[in-house]
Amino acid sequence: MANLLEIAGRETLSQLDYVGRLHIQLWATLRGMRMALPLVGNRYRWRAAVRQMLEIGVDALPMVALLAVCSGFILAMQGASELKRFGALHYVIDLVAVGFTRELGPLLTAIAVSGRSGSAFAAEIGTMRVTEEIDALKVMAFEPVEFVIAPKFLASLVAVPCLSIVSNFFGILAGGLFMFFSTRLSLPLYFRYVLSSIELRDVSAGLLKSLAFAVIIAQVGCLEGFRVRGGPEAVGRSTTTAVVRSTFLVIVADAVFTTIFYFVGKT
Amino acid sequence: MPIISVRDLVVEYDGRRVLDGLNLDIQPGEIMVLLGGSGSGKSTLLRQILGLEQPKSGSISIKGTDITCCSRADLTKVRRSIGVAFQSGALFNSLSVEDNIALTLREHTALAPSIIDLIVWMKLAVVGLADFGKLWPRELSGGMKKRAAVARALALDPEILVLDEPSAGLDPIVAAELDELIVFLKETFQITALVVTHELPSAFRIADRIAMLFNGRLLAVGTKDEIRASQHPRVRQFLDRAPDNQVHAPAVAAYLEQYVRSREANS
Repeated sequence: MANLLEIAGRETLSQLDYVGRLHIQLWATLRGMRMALPLVGNRYRWRAAVRQMLEIGVDALPMVALLAVCSGFILAMQGASELKRFGALHYVIDLVAVGFTRELGPLLTAIAVSGRSGSAFAAEIGTMRVTEEIDALKVMAFEPVEFVIAPKFLASLVAVPCLSIVSNFFGILAGGLFMFFSTRLSLPLYFRYVLSSIELRDVSAGLLKSLAFAVIIAQVGCLEGFRVRGGPEAVGRSTTTAVVRSTFLVIVADAVFTTIFYFVGKT
Repeated sequence: MPIISVRDLVVEYDGRRVLDGLNLDIQPGEIMVLLGGSGSGKSTLLRQILGLEQPKSGSISIKGTDITCCSRADLTKVRRSIGVAFQSGALFNSLSVEDNIALTLREHTALAPSIIDLIVWMKLAVVGLADFGKLWPRELSGGMKKRAAVARALALDPEILVLDEPSAGLDPIVAAELDELIVFLKETFQITALVVTHELPSAFRIADRIAMLFNGRLLAVGTKDEIRASQHPRVRQFLDRAPDNQVHAPAVAAYLEQYVRSREANS
């Protein structure tokens, strides 16, 4: 029993320690982010940020689009098989449009980005730790947070919402294709229905979520990289942890946001 | 007045004392070699002098600034006058060799790009890598990486050059070339150098003074001749390459016999 309590206590402390570090790093990044902004900041950081945006955003486009198309079809077909029984097939449009803008678009994007880029952040920074590059940065009078994290963070904040929009579009497009093949509903008409069924609030709520997901993915990925101690095998472990933790936190954050929006939307 | 002065430095990792009341003065324009076996605290002392870790007690002053308790801005200023070449080279893998050297020049000075290109070429020429600037760090051999790291350390014309194990893992010819390079730098630029090594021939080739480190304490500090003439048993053991724990055959035999007997008694 005492042993159990001891384990529970130690786990709690280590989780609290993790959350604390995450916050310290987040504030340090926010302070250092000014340097990564265009015009007011350091142009080399901005260039690095643009490069990261291309890596996180543009390179992930085909994957995210395909993911969205598949999920759009799945959602439309699953919805249709039930709704057909009530003769309410046209509600599939609402289901896909609202489901994607509010929920699936941002969430799918976040999971894809955490797998692609969250792990890449952890691997890159972890390798820099192992090869003493982080120490070299410090002795060359650079701030690692500003030099390494700030561009990645800024890039995530820009790229993840953009990818979410792409994901929304392709998901809804897949729903339209399904409607076209099953009921011969023309695509222009479908999109008109879509626009009438979603509100601006749905889209902005989705984008707000995706911003939060971007913060989680970038911060967790970078923190796992900085936590690397020892040799190359620690880098491998840190990439796994980065993906597992950021995906987990993204879904938890999603649940929190959805709850808030649900109750706020009611009133 | 010494350019680096370490006073009563105590460093502990998890209660284990790594450096124990260490005092060391390095004069401007001399090559000080830190000699010691594995685990003697050489690297720890180096990390302390570079301000990468905080000591438990004691002080380190570099050019009159106590880096253990100075402000971040002062530490940055001190760091700009130190050039460091890490053991693994620690070149940034995401930048070409040229860009590695140009990094500090671009970001810490207001020099024109054409001047920076010229300086980079000169620094590379000093270490004999003038034609290799366009290559990536991964394309360089071990010895070239270390020389490139020295070139990067020299980029801002530092007053103090710190080299961590410059000849470790290199073949004797390349190691000797690197030694000559260090002596050349001292003679041409009147640079102060702190070199950490455990290679005796290299140490006696380049050193003005040698500090012998053992178990976190300095055994002897003196010129090459003073160290060679030292009668301290540990210094002698190091210089004469005498092994520490010789395998005692009868003791091993007795231990095995006892083990076998205990197994027989159990079965």
